[in-house]
Amino acid sequence: MDIFFLEALLNGVLLAGLLALLALGLNLVFGVIDVVWICYAELVMVGMYGIHYAYKGGMPFLVAMALGILLVALAAALLHILVIRPVLETPPINQLLVTGGVLFFLQAAATMAFGVEFRNLGISLGSFNLLDMSFSRSRILSFVVALLGMLVLWLFLKRTYLGTAIRAIAQDRQIMPLMGVDSKKIYLVTSTIGGGLAGLAAGLMVLNYDIYPQIGLQFGPLIFMICVLGGLGNMIGGFLAAFVISQFIAVGSSCFHTEWGYAVAFLFFMIAIFFRPQGLFGGKS
Amino acid sequence: MLELSNLDARYGAFQALFGVSMRVAAGEAVAVIGANGAGKTTLLRAISGLIPASGGTMTMEGHDLRTMPPHRIIETGIAHVPESRRLFPRLSIEDNMRMGAYLPTARAKFAERLDYVFALFPRLKERRQQLAGTLSGGEQQMCAIARALMSGPKLVLFDEPSMGLAPVVVAQVFDLVRRIRSEGYTVLIVEQNVAQVLKVVDRAYLLEVGKIKASGGAAELAASDEIRKAYMGL
Repeated sequence: MDIFFLEALLNGVLLAGLLALLALGLNLVFGVIDVVWICYAELVMVGMYGIHYAYKGGMPFLVAMALGILLVALAAALLHILVIRPVLETPPINQLLVTGGVLFFLQAAATMAFGVEFRNLGISLGSFNLLDMSFSRSRILSFVVALLGMLVLWLFLKRTYLGTAIRAIAQDRQIMPLMGVDSKKIYLVTSTIGGGLAGLAAGLMVLNYDIYPQIGLQFGPLIFMICVLGGLGNMIGGFLAAFVISQFIAVGSSCFHTEWGYAVAFLFFMIAIFFRPQGLFGGKS
Repeated sequence: MLELSNLDARYGAFQALFGVSMRVAAGEAVAVIGANGAGKTTLLRAISGLIPASGGTMTMEGHDLRTMPPHRIIETGIAHVPESRRLFPRLSIEDNMRMGAYLPTARAKFAERLDYVFALFPRLKERRQQLAGTLSGGEQQMCAIARALMSGPKLVLFDEPSMGLAPVVVAQVFDLVRRIRSEGYTVLIVEQNVAQVLKVVDRAYLLEVGKIKASGGAAELAASDEIRKAYMGL
């Protein structure tokens, strides 16, 4: 096999870790609350700025990242309380539109507050060479941390009462009170965890990408595409779909031109969704 | 134990219960019988807080159920086995039991109570890792009852436990109810299968279009011509 092709494949795998983490937060929230956060990628953007300023303000990176996770988790909890909860019983289009409104608000607020410049932390971890292939160390680190984050969430959902309730509520909302479960609390906890995942993703993205107010436009559509391809609300499906999509991006970029990677991925998405409208891996799980 | 007085309940403009008064004493098994649409399920749902009562009073051992948020009613010792079982189909049997034991006080006794319900229903123990949705109808009913017992209730509400099951399984389900009774739980059961349920309970109330029309000992009601004609097809 061509060594550059192999390098592209492996880079695709590394990218998939981050994308899978991003998709997971959105899928979790949709699976439990039945609400799509159109502004999800903008929450990540808020986290990236938070980490940027904390780090530039002199905090060690890990502390800045922890603050970023808390910041986005808090923002997500507020999003749920102030925006989602009032429209929870209304048609889905209303929920889409209000979170869409939050998207524009966050983009505009970030532009006003931070300007349009591209910023980065200036952290470089260098690259790792194997044979003739070169991999960015920060991407390898992001991949590992993303997988660990997902593993922790998995254990939480499988092993704890709260996690079991989060899985149960998507299967039968109405009878939750009979179990002694306060659904409002489960929704709030789920939103906060979804925000925490977005915050973790933000902490990994600042190592790999420049920060700017419209970065959500770069990643948002990609995250939604992965979630829909995997079956919206299906967390395992989203995980697998992230690997499929990032292979198209990585290999597409390597075979054609970098800019074409995304186009190839979206072309595949359109064909796939035509044949399997419910997503490659079915609906909620 | 459970006292209802002049209870009203409604779905929007439609009133489903009119001034229902009844009581269940500790250790009793009581049935509410009546035709489809008489308000039996509504009555249990009102007790559990799944729908709000619109008038009257409702207490469990002195706790006012009407002012309690629905998810706290289970704390008073009421467990509800809902109509058509309502298991979490894509959770394992064990995870369904975990949901039954969600209350902090029940979590502490999870292992002990799991042993207890698995001793009552050994078939569930064999299949503890199996998804609840893959069980047969009778096994699902066992699972739903076991889940209710995981909270350590005093009073178990059964909503049409025989519904949708094959006749041979129906007999088994009434045996289950009898066993739950003999385990010392107080039972309130609503059923359309009047002939069978009257063999299991001490007393019964007859509910017709949202009102209590008759009440009495199970044997007495089973002997009443009116009930035999209208509800037992005899």
